[in-house]
Amino acid sequence: MADPSEFAQQAMQYAPQLYSAALRMTRNSSDAEDLMQDTYLRAYRGFATFSDGTNLRAWLFRILTNTYINTYRAKQRRPQETELADVEDLYLYKRISGLDTAARSAEDTLFALFTDDEVKKALEDLPESFRLPVLLADVEQFSYKEIAEMLDIPIGTVMSRLHRGRKAMQKALIDFATERGLLARTAEAHDDV
Amino acid sequence: MSDCNETLRELETFLDGELDEPARDAIQAHLGGCMDCLQAFDFHAELRIVIQHKCQHDELPAGLLSRIEMCFGEDFDGDGRIG
Repeated sequence: MADPSEFAQQAMQYAPQLYSAALRMTRNSSDAEDLMQDTYLRAYRGFATFSDGTNLRAWLFRILTNTYINTYRAKQRRPQETELADVEDLYLYKRISGLDTAARSAEDTLFALFTDDEVKKALEDLPESFRLPVLLADVEQFSYKEIAEMLDIPIGTVMSRLHRGRKAMQKALIDFATERGLLARTAEAHDDV
Repeated sequence: MSDCNETLRELETFLDGELDEPARDAIQAHLGGCMDCLQAFDFHAELRIVIQHKCQHDELPAGLLSRIEMCFGEDFDGDGRIG
């Protein structure tokens, strides 16, 4: 059993990660702040039930996710968002791998091609049932099993939502780069290499 | 040895670290001999690093940490002990 007097010392180191995740979930800083305070208060009050030696970071993210789903999702009152355009597999790769990037690594190219704000927006614009799995997997590096437990959905559903959510996010990134004139508008850009 | 389509189908589960060892070995064996698939896998591994990096490091609002810490040390259930 965990000692409440040690809570701050152990748990506050995760505040920056939790706050970024809270921002991606709520999409605005005032709700993200409230979500953080609720999350830490719940975690503090439940800390006695946390078993030493298990993963404190995963436990805190689980509380964050549950608090968001139970409190803020209802408050944000978005229409039921289950529609997501179908995007072909490897869409972003096919668009970008045709560029002349011989001098740079793919990582450098991608870093330069998309701004921080565009990547955040591409994630935040995903419908929530896709946004949470992509956030928890690609940004926070949780396993399918951990995500399935946090969202209370089967592992197969986690996998299919990740697949579709990632493709939609990549499509949004390509659209942003195209709008800024960094990529040709033609969808067949990768064919004329 | 698995073919390119089978290999690319496992791209996400491979990068997610969710394949069992035999499946992972089969992918790695294919990537060892197929530059096209290796390039696609490397690209997506790097895309993931970029997305992860760019979605973190938001500046914490001033005073948020101290507002959070203010509630620590309170005796919520009135049993005379913190917590």
